[in-house]
Amino acid sequence: MVNVILPELGEGITKATVSYWFFKVGEKVKEKDDLVELTTDKATFNLPSPCSGVLSEILHSEGESVEVGQVLALIDNT
Amino acid sequence: MKLEVIDLGLVDYLEAWDVQKDTLAKVINNDLDSALILCRHYPVVTLGRAASRKSLRLGEELIREKGIKLYNIERGGDATYHGPGQLTVYPVLNLGYFKKDIHWFLRELESLIISSLADLNLPVSRVEGFTGAWIGNKKIASIGIAIKHWVTYHGLSINIKKDDLANFGLIRPCGMDIKVTSLEEELGRQVSVEEVRSSLLNKFSGRLGNN
Repeated sequence: MVNVILPELGEGITKATVSYWFFKVGEKVKEKDDLVELTTDKATFNLPSPCSGVLSEILHSEGESVEVGQVLALIDNT
Repeated sequence: MKLEVIDLGLVDYLEAWDVQKDTLAKVINNDLDSALILCRHYPVVTLGRAASRKSLRLGEELIREKGIKLYNIERGGDATYHGPGQLTVYPVLNLGYFKKDIHWFLRELESLIISSLADLNLPVSRVEGFTGAWIGNKKIASIGIAIKHWVTYHGLSINIKKDDLANFGLIRPCGMDIKVTSLEEELGRQVSVEEVRSSLLNKFSGRLGNN
């Protein structure tokens, strides 16, 4: 299982809001596919999937605020 | 890094959106270093990810009846208006060449606007916590970006012509009850889009064109 983590987005940016999930739980994703869109201030940021596999759990749904370093989702790559 | 300038002139929003997406794909695939798309739009209201029902002062149907198009788009920020009296700029830049930092890039865009308008003898400043460029409490330029694989798209627009400002009344710009202004209004003279275009292009090439 691979953790999808909210990466560093820039100096002074400590959190972002989940604005769109491109996949649903149970769907197959490929490495580098757009997985989730995050919004911060005047920017949206598409986070690509770190690996290929099945999206097994979404820990933060659309509208939720997430801190840098927190786990957003789990991908089953087995 | 080579910065390609793509000048679309007066263009429909969707047409420019397609050019943006096409250019974005090229930069992501390394078929192109970076690009600067310049254009003016036919009247259009766009709603960013932070927009809500409160962002519009008039119903969607009434806005469309005025001949103004309305689109939900994938950039950050709230509602904004684009018209032919503005210069709109979409920098499609690979931040990997610079700094992978959203905050840095937003402040860089503000600096570019501020130094471009300083060339026209207009003292513009930034307001902490409110992205964009301001003259006192009036907004003269708006910023809203999107990033994919650390390549930027969407961007900024600068209000140039004063007769194009009335349509801002259709929305709450950036979701707030703020005043907007234009270069013509502040300078008390006619300002051509070309003046602003060449100044901005100079600054862009100087600051971001040589990495």
